[in-house]
Amino acid sequence: MAVVEMTVNGEPVAADIEDRMLLVYFLRERLGLTGTHIGCDTSQCGACVVHVEGRAVKSCTVFARQVEGANVTTIEGVAQDGALHPVQEAFREHHALQCGFCTPGMIMTALDMIRRDRARNREMIRHELEGNFCRCTGYHNIVDAIEAAATRLAGTAA
Amino acid sequence: MIPYAFHYHRPGTIAEAQALYRDAQEPSFLAGGQSLIPAMKQRLAHPTDRIDLLGLSELSFIALRGSAVVVGAGARHCEVAGSHATTGSLPALAALAESIGDPAVRHMGTLGGSLANSDPAADYSAAALGLGATIATTKRTIAADAFFVGLFQTALEPGEIITEVSFPVPTRAGYAKFRNPASGYAMVGVFVARTGTGVRVAVTGAGPQAFCVTAMEEALTRRFAADSLAAISIPPDNLNSDLHASAQYRAHLVGVMARRAVVEALRTDARALT
Repeated sequence: MAVVEMTVNGEPVAADIEDRMLLVYFLRERLGLTGTHIGCDTSQCGACVVHVEGRAVKSCTVFARQVEGANVTTIEGVAQDGALHPVQEAFREHHALQCGFCTPGMIMTALDMIRRDRARNREMIRHELEGNFCRCTGYHNIVDAIEAAATRLAGTAA
Repeated sequence: MIPYAFHYHRPGTIAEAQALYRDAQEPSFLAGGQSLIPAMKQRLAHPTDRIDLLGLSELSFIALRGSAVVVGAGARHCEVAGSHATTGSLPALAALAESIGDPAVRHMGTLGGSLANSDPAADYSAAALGLGATIATTKRTIAADAFFVGLFQTALEPGEIITEVSFPVPTRAGYAKFRNPASGYAMVGVFVARTGTGVRVAVTGAGPQAFCVTAMEEALTRRFAADSLAAISIPPDNLNSDLHASAQYRAHLVGVMARRAVVEALRTDARALT
């Protein structure tokens, strides 16, 4: 056991954990941030995607101790001042979910690909979604949402 | 899934990592963990101590040195895919890195971790072998030809850390892989490189470890075109056979992927990634 410290959604956090604790369990069970989901637990499905120093990672395949001192963002940290982020808004508008289980990971991955300018067309978006599974209905509306959000955010930045 | 308990260490330098290794009971390195952590969760690996190399800034660089692209062992796949040194001088390596796993995996996985793991379906082993790379460690330099010795086995000795890999810049290079449709791993991947001295053809996914196909190299050295390979087949003996593909099918795929890799190499050589 040792104390791990990091910044999660802008707030400093610290907890005494076992070295073997995975980041996803740290977020869910120690911090109560259950928006980050455990789907496959084998780094396939992407329901657990969070950002570490701005980069999307699968939190089921990172030990909490590995991100000591880092800035971590989870789905709970995406909306600002009670207003949905444009990517979240686009998922709502385009009905890009059914059960919603994959949605937090989808949104964290979408934010990451837009940040890297890798959401410029539908083919690119589908390639970038390789590590995120939706088992309800397929990806059509998810691609629609990401494309719309990327276009809107590009307009904002210009 | 919860791995066995272990002690986690994050050294700041290679020297510190080596000292930690010497002092621990059954130590092992962690270099991105995108293969290793899943294996630990299945309790296939249970070291007493995990020494994390990911934070070592001295291993994290990509540079063009003379006629080689030199990549630090700690460079992450996304960095190899996006670096000016690779996209400018060795786009086939950048494209290969971009094809590994998914974006989140590419943000964590490292070149050194992939090579040291020597997964039979790893992509980087085909590039290292196909380009005739030289692998530098804390003890020595190892030619890629002597590095991959078996299933998940390399020439590395206990405690030896890969520091950098030097990839000679070829005149032409291409990589083609046939992915398992479920996992995305290479059922067969072939890396073809043409240099001033000849052609190399390296195969991953088909055998216990990456290997070269001499008959294809000779045929492509005589004439660098996909149809030079038309009459060459490789025997299925000693190739992997599992529920995804028989050895015969993998042998067939080696031919198909080799021809596609040549076509890829013959496309405009400074092909941009996007």
